[in-house]
Amino acid sequence: MRVIMFLVMAVLLTPLYAAPVATYEFASAEQEALFNKLSNELRCLVCQNQAIADSNADLAKDLRDEIYGMLQQGKSEEEIVEFMVVRYGDFVLYNPPLKPMTWVLWFGPAFALLAGFFFVIRIINKQKKAAVAEMSGEEIERLKALQSEAQEMGKTEGNKDK
Amino acid sequence: MTEEIQKKSPLRRLMPLIIFGLLVALLWYGLGLNPRLVPSPLVGKPAPEFVLPLLNASGKLSHEDLKGDITLLNVFASWCFACRQEHQAITQLSRSGMRVIGFNYKDKAEDAAAWLRQFGNPYQVVAQDLDGRVGIDWGVYGAPETFVIDHNGIIRDKRIGPVDQEYISEKLMPLVQQIRSEQT
Repeated sequence: MRVIMFLVMAVLLTPLYAAPVATYEFASAEQEALFNKLSNELRCLVCQNQAIADSNADLAKDLRDEIYGMLQQGKSEEEIVEFMVVRYGDFVLYNPPLKPMTWVLWFGPAFALLAGFFFVIRIINKQKKAAVAEMSGEEIERLKALQSEAQEMGKTEGNKDK
Repeated sequence: MTEEIQKKSPLRRLMPLIIFGLLVALLWYGLGLNPRLVPSPLVGKPAPEFVLPLLNASGKLSHEDLKGDITLLNVFASWCFACRQEHQAITQLSRSGMRVIGFNYKDKAEDAAAWLRQFGNPYQVVAQDLDGRVGIDWGVYGAPETFVIDHNGIIRDKRIGPVDQEYISEKLMPLVQQIRSEQT
């Protein structure tokens, strides 16, 4: 029974997985892997939060055909990415290149995190200082008195807290 | 602790509020941007090479034909609703003497012809890109899109979405003047 259930589920799952590449025949497994990689790394401009591998838009299908055609011609990954960037700009790349225009994008979050740490540490230090300064002379006297009292009583707990 | 706060200048006390305000302004500005307006990397570059058949006419249109005058290359299709919206503005530009060429994108010849009969044909010629293959070279990802090409065949601007009066007066006319002054 379990085996049958497993097989049924496996059959149900396969079309979901295979759909985007179903219509393409590849000469080699590497080529297919490259096709999948590229079509997952390139953004569909019509439905912008989808890669062209996931999109049903007409243009995404055309671009998949285009990538497939270029792979058949033996074009390299770099050449295909270049082809897309020349036409649609860096925006097609889900992984934008590092250049002055994208510095904020790349380093901004790390910078914000470091700045956050800096301010947190500063605030903590300030509060420590403030806590010490806040004790009035009278309070310090009382603390000293308490401490000596504890020592006189010879209690170990008092020493520990020192 | 209260002394500490009073020692700070008012500006320093307001700092968090100012930073917060700047952040709100930045995000508010970001909300107003249209993510569909992707700047074309083709602006400033020569028009991509192509040869396309013409609609309702024999002969072909190529990138070479775009040279010699300022040209509006208007990407349109009969299935494109926003193209109807800009049709009047395109017609007006064409009547004013500007060379306007139609780029019929992923359409059927008979549908495009019927559409032009119904709304009027503002185009000097209409190139047919039935499968959208040339459109990819032009970085077209929807319709309407409009390219402004100068007399040397260089793409000077790309309008994504319908051409309207605001675009014509704020962007297109100054650009045309600039191109004309470069020419002389």
